[in-house]
Amino acid sequence: MVASPEDMTQLTQAPDRGGPAQPLLEVRGLVKHFPIRGGLFGRQVAVVRAVDGVDLTIRKGETLGIVGESGCGKSTTARLLMRLLDPDAGEMVFDGESVGGNDQAGGIALRDYRRQVQMVFQDSYASLNPRLTIEETIAFAPKVHGVSPTEARERSHDLLAAVGLAPAQFARRYPHELSGGQRQRINIARALALQPRLVILDEPVSALDKSVEAQVLNLLMDLKEKFGLTYAFISHDLNVVQYISDRVLVMYLGKVAETGPVEEIYDRPAHPYTRALLASRPSMDPSKRRTEPPLTGDPPNPVNPPSGCRFRTRCPMAEAVCAEREPPSAHLTAGHEAACHAVMPGSGHGAAPRIAA
Amino acid sequence: MSAALKMDPAAPLVRARDLSVRFVNRDTTVHAVNGVDLDLAQGEVLCLLGESGSGKSVTLRALMKLLPKQAKVGGSIEVAGRDVQAMSERQLADFRGGDVAMIFQEPMTALDPVFTIGRQIAEAVQRHEGASRSAADARALELLELVQIPSAKRRLAAYPHELSGGLRQRAMIAVALACKPKLLLADEPTTALDATVQIQVLLLLRELQEKLGMGVIFVTHDLGVAGEIADRVAVMYAGRVVEEGPVGPFMAGPLHPYPQGLLGATVHGGMRGKRLTTIPGAPPSLEKLPEACSFAPRCPIAEPACQQGVPEARPMGPGRMARCIRAVAP
Ligand SMILES: Nc1ncnc2c1ncn2[C@@H]1O[C@H](COP(=O)(O)OP(=O)(O)OP(=O)(O)O)[C@@H](O)[C@H]1O
Ligand SMILES: Nc1ncnc2c1ncn2[C@@H]1O[C@H](COP(=O)(O)OP(=O)(O)OP(=O)(O)O)[C@@H](O)[C@H]1O
Ligand code: SF4
Ligand SMILES: [Mg+2]
Ligand SMILES: [Mg+2]
Repeated sequence: MVASPEDMTQLTQAPDRGGPAQPLLEVRGLVKHFPIRGGLFGRQVAVVRAVDGVDLTIRKGETLGIVGESGCGKSTTARLLMRLLDPDAGEMVFDGESVGGNDQAGGIALRDYRRQVQMVFQDSYASLNPRLTIEETIAFAPKVHGVSPTEARERSHDLLAAVGLAPAQFARRYPHELSGGQRQRINIARALALQPRLVILDEPVSALDKSVEAQVLNLLMDLKEKFGLTYAFISHDLNVVQYISDRVLVMYLGKVAETGPVEEIYDRPAHPYTRALLASRPSMDPSKRRTEPPLTGDPPNPVNPPSGCRFRTRCPMAEAVCAEREPPSAHLTAGHEAACHAVMPGSGHGAAPRIAA
Repeated sequence: MSAALKMDPAAPLVRARDLSVRFVNRDTTVHAVNGVDLDLAQGEVLCLLGESGSGKSVTLRALMKLLPKQAKVGGSIEVAGRDVQAMSERQLADFRGGDVAMIFQEPMTALDPVFTIGRQIAEAVQRHEGASRSAADARALELLELVQIPSAKRRLAAYPHELSGGLRQRAMIAVALACKPKLLLADEPTTALDATVQIQVLLLLRELQEKLGMGVIFVTHDLGVAGEIADRVAVMYAGRVVEEGPVGPFMAGPLHPYPQGLLGATVHGGMRGKRLTTIPGAPPSLEKLPEACSFAPRCPIAEPACQQGVPEARPMGPGRMARCIRAVAP
């Protein structure tokens, strides 16, 4: 399909459909298991339960911070939200429309969905094509969507400048000629090239030095305002997540452990894993150096997760009930939920609140 | 036997003088490292901080002679008493992974995608220690357990792409430790880990470093990480070390305006809703060799004299150095 000159205008963001109260993205019961093959005939011998029943809501214009154990399924969740992977189960509703629908059933087609949701990947190197210059990389998707080459190039230069890389110096370089931090800024510029509504940022600043990190965070805040963006922000840096997020979701081994407004999570963490996570933040003061990690023990195996609560094998508060039943989400205060028996009234856990008569 | 084993215990493990690295292409030259002096004692942990693109990874690679051909390396590099620049390919093969090991910034580029994790570790052990295959396999399992990879036995058979970022990073650490190196070069090895695992890995590295008497150069952007494990800190800007000193006094008050800006830009609790302080401007192009203080165009206290030549490394009290004509010793 050749785009006519009239089509070659700037890409614009898709319009709002459901109004401000409609969440931008609602996900229920998301599941992704990866088969493990083995033996002589490469038969499936087990599955990695990478994402195992995740519910999440991303409201319009907010930043949802996602934190959790390495390997708990954050990147897999991100790839599912992007629909780079097909979920095994679960439903996704984008601005009121079911994702992956068709004309008969209603809903939003994957092709349209994918333009409105963009991602910045964790591995900045592997996600850039080594044979394309920086400017070609950023201009690639807009060109595919019918923007003229000249305009796509101009736009790529604007975006380079916006992420703090002088186009004259960098536009014609190849990915291997850049530092890790410089490559990550290219990834951010590329994700914004299609004017998306939702941007999923998988560790977008972890490769950057602190002054560039501050610049990129300021930039992300500006871009969000300017283009009306919504972010899902995955990071291991708890200070950064606290700074940028409106709400926070804590994952552990393929499940949501706790979710709530950022102040609640940081000031009143309810799940023992969240507490351990917050207590593990390194200290800049060498005289307060730690000698014992707050959390010990091996992270359990997602192939064969523990019965009941998945955190129980490392949890300082675990009791018999924790091995018997999986803890449902307990509602604590408005929008603050934790999946732990110790905060669930009537769960049978010694620390659980009594049910009000 | 490797020369390192016969070293005088007081001899420095790393001694680099006036190290420079230029990348020369058809139409451009990038002056990535411009006169770096580095000293590391045996059993010491040095954290290398600095601007992204300031030459930290290139410096580490130079210490292992792991740079591409178009890189022109100048100055002298001694590691474990040996002249790295003068080593032959044969000697380098023994040296890397034997005396010196590296944990890379991007594990996927260092792990071989077509071999299982177990094979890659065992391979390294066999190559450097001439161990039998079964001894090497047993050691691979031991190493995966050492770096606390869950269900280590099963993960021996995993391919790199089957592991999460954090597990890959631990696998890399296991590969690096396979031959009990004297010097470990770690390029942001904990950036991909969650806080609970990060602190475990830091404590683990610190423990192994003390136990094996290993020297470590640790690149990080996280001042918290430096606070947890560094003995000394060196900060790079535009291919030079602009400040260096023991970690405590550095954290309490850096002397050079660049690290001062860096500490000021660090995000911490209670900054929500506020615009973050950044260092205005952008780092200099490295296409020309800087003839003045590279930080001057962005420096809040620059004066005309800052444009007159590259500032000398000035001693600033016990073990401290700053390359700034305006820095005052505390
Ligand atoms: N293609 C795959 N095949 C098999 N297992 C996989 C695959 N991709 C991911 N996994 C497994 O799924 C789990 C979740 O991985 P994922 O990358 O989503 O974790 P993560 O939370 O992003 O971790 P990190 O913080 O380390 O990046 C891990 O146990 C991982 O080993
Ligand atoms: N092969 C190459 N050709 C040309 N320039 C290069 C090459 N490799 C690195 N550079 C340049 O050398 C400089 C130093 O790069 P280096 O990777 O050492 O940065 P760094 O300090 O590790 O940064 P980061 O913190 O972002 O990882 C950068 O400006 C980079 O663009
Ligand atoms: S449910 Fe039990 S094991 Fe799980 S976090 Fe709560 S107290 Fe700990
Ligand atoms: Mg990930
Ligand atoms: Mg680097």
